[in-house]
Amino acid sequence: MIYREAGQFKSSYADDQAIFPVVQDRVVVAAAVSAAFVVPPLVASEYWLQAVLIPFLVYALAALGLNLLTGYAGQLSLGTGGFMAVGAYSAFKLATAFPRLSIIVVFLLAGLVAAGVGILFGIPSLRIKGFYLAVATLAAQFFLIWLFNKVAWFTNYASSGTITAPDRTFFGALVTGPNSTPSARYLTALGLVAVFALVAKNLVRGRIGRSWMAIRDRDIAAEIIGVRPLRTKLLAFAISSFYCGVAGAGLVFFYLGTAETLAFDISISFLVLFMVIIGGLGSILGSFLGAAFIVLVPIVLSNAPRMVGLALPVALQKQIELMVFGGLIIFFLIVEPRGLARLWQISKEKLRLWPFPH
Amino acid sequence: MLDVLYAVLVAPFKDMAGSPAFLIEVLIGGLFAGLMYSLVALGFVLIFKASGVFNFAQGVMVLFAALTLVGLLERGAPVLLALGLTTAVMVALAFAIERIVLRPLVNQEHIILFMATIGLNFFLEGFGEMLWGANVKKLDIGIPDRSFIVRGVQINQLELTAAVTSAVLVALLALFFQRTRIGRALRAVADDHEAALSLGIPLKTIWVVVWSVAGVVAIVAGLMWGAKSGVQFSLSLIALKALPVLILGGFESVPGAIVGGLIIGVGEKLGEVYWGPLVGGAIENWFAYVLALAFLLVRPQGLFGERIIERV
Repeated sequence: MIYREAGQFKSSYADDQAIFPVVQDRVVVAAAVSAAFVVPPLVASEYWLQAVLIPFLVYALAALGLNLLTGYAGQLSLGTGGFMAVGAYSAFKLATAFPRLSIIVVFLLAGLVAAGVGILFGIPSLRIKGFYLAVATLAAQFFLIWLFNKVAWFTNYASSGTITAPDRTFFGALVTGPNSTPSARYLTALGLVAVFALVAKNLVRGRIGRSWMAIRDRDIAAEIIGVRPLRTKLLAFAISSFYCGVAGAGLVFFYLGTAETLAFDISISFLVLFMVIIGGLGSILGSFLGAAFIVLVPIVLSNAPRMVGLALPVALQKQIELMVFGGLIIFFLIVEPRGLARLWQISKEKLRLWPFPH
Repeated sequence: MLDVLYAVLVAPFKDMAGSPAFLIEVLIGGLFAGLMYSLVALGFVLIFKASGVFNFAQGVMVLFAALTLVGLLERGAPVLLALGLTTAVMVALAFAIERIVLRPLVNQEHIILFMATIGLNFFLEGFGEMLWGANVKKLDIGIPDRSFIVRGVQINQLELTAAVTSAVLVALLALFFQRTRIGRALRAVADDHEAALSLGIPLKTIWVVVWSVAGVVAIVAGLMWGAKSGVQFSLSLIALKALPVLILGGFESVPGAIVGGLIIGVGEKLGEVYWGPLVGGAIENWFAYVLALAFLLVRPQGLFGERIIERV
């Protein structure tokens, strides 16, 4: 009864092309976004902000980027960790080399560097497809991590081999670095993610997104009707890497504070791919749902035994966590291979009819 | 500039010509390493051919097999009994995977199945360590890790044994595929699922068989790698080493896995010894990938992969 669009007529093209054509959707999304800006800084503890919400935002951004590439353009990539590392290291270099540069500009420039690297490693996608491409992108992952490990210039010749987010302000408030408050970092990350999600949503609704989907669904047919595969695929790699690069910069600047290349190793690539697939390939909302799932499940798992009063040895608990995590992934794939976003869509359909069965 | 060109293009070859015995040693080392990669890649190829699943859990299956074997040996089982029991465990695992993971996911897209095997990867990793403990174990199969010298070239006895074992295993697999009834059915399924089904070949049985065979290959790989570098978590990472072999040889080709493995093994060793020092070493993580990638740009379907014919 609540969720029904009966009586909402579209009388202009603008109405017809709105991102959320149904009033209820608009209300819910607006409420959710404003709640995200207002509520957590007021009520959430430092632990929640630092260990749950900030990583969720950072990973959601990375998942968004990979979803554009894999979900919309159909190019399977396992190089996410490498592209995130490019973003993080270039943000670090830019922020330390130009201390007066606004942190937002630093992030955008870091994203651009990552986009350039993404284009470079996207070139093989013109000739190879599917799993062959996935393995080829692993080359990017391993090569980039090796490069950042080997060349001391990237870490400003730090003897520890780590990069540390410097203190930077935005509109007078300290938003990065060891002295900033978690809520300031949370709000900056949230602002970035909100803007990027909006851009992504509009990208996939427009000409670019449609050409990506054409390439994904049948690349030869797309080529015949005039979609240029070279440009489309490389654009997908560039924009996806841009998102991943900004996410990588966010990972260091908002979440970790200090990082070495280990923070961007291959397991991150798989983790982000999980988020995209559990959340739903080809869905913006799915990227967020998947990121929430992957960030929350390990936290719930590691706290669950303590909550019910079980004291397990650390090693055993770690192993059980791995097993449950693996089992849950298989379970969700079996229940709904098209991801959490699809489940959400189904429940919306149900909600339209509720409480009447037909 | 000229110095760099000289260092990259001329000096390594001069080094090679300078001491042929060392070169041969490097080549042999590469071939051995390559055979070990092939063993892992073989497991991937078998499963991909028959069920179209890119089984990322192959590396963990190797670890799991090795852990089970060592665990049984430590509890005092004789070698043959332990081997038999491990085989039984791997077959049981194949049954479980077919029943729990593959059957509900039949007809899903490749990437979904791939993800499911990564889930399996996590599960098996936790399960194996819970059963047998996470500490590094020594796997002693009675072959000493000694070297002997033939005409000035060092040959490691363990590596030689591993090479011979792999060769025998490959020959046995080839016989199995070519001569037996099940082998023919496997090839039929690999060729065309639907046609095979309509001829009355039971797909589910075939999957169990193929995952079992991959499990046995995993035991052999685990045995060899475990004897060489101990049984520990890092054993599961050799799956990452096998991937460039796969794209080089083609996902669907058994000979491709062997030849690809040898090429990667030799290329990697040569690159590491002669070109590695130029960029500061530790290039073994990515060199194989770049090698395979360069190759793919020329031949997108891999060395022996089926020719890609695309229709709208």
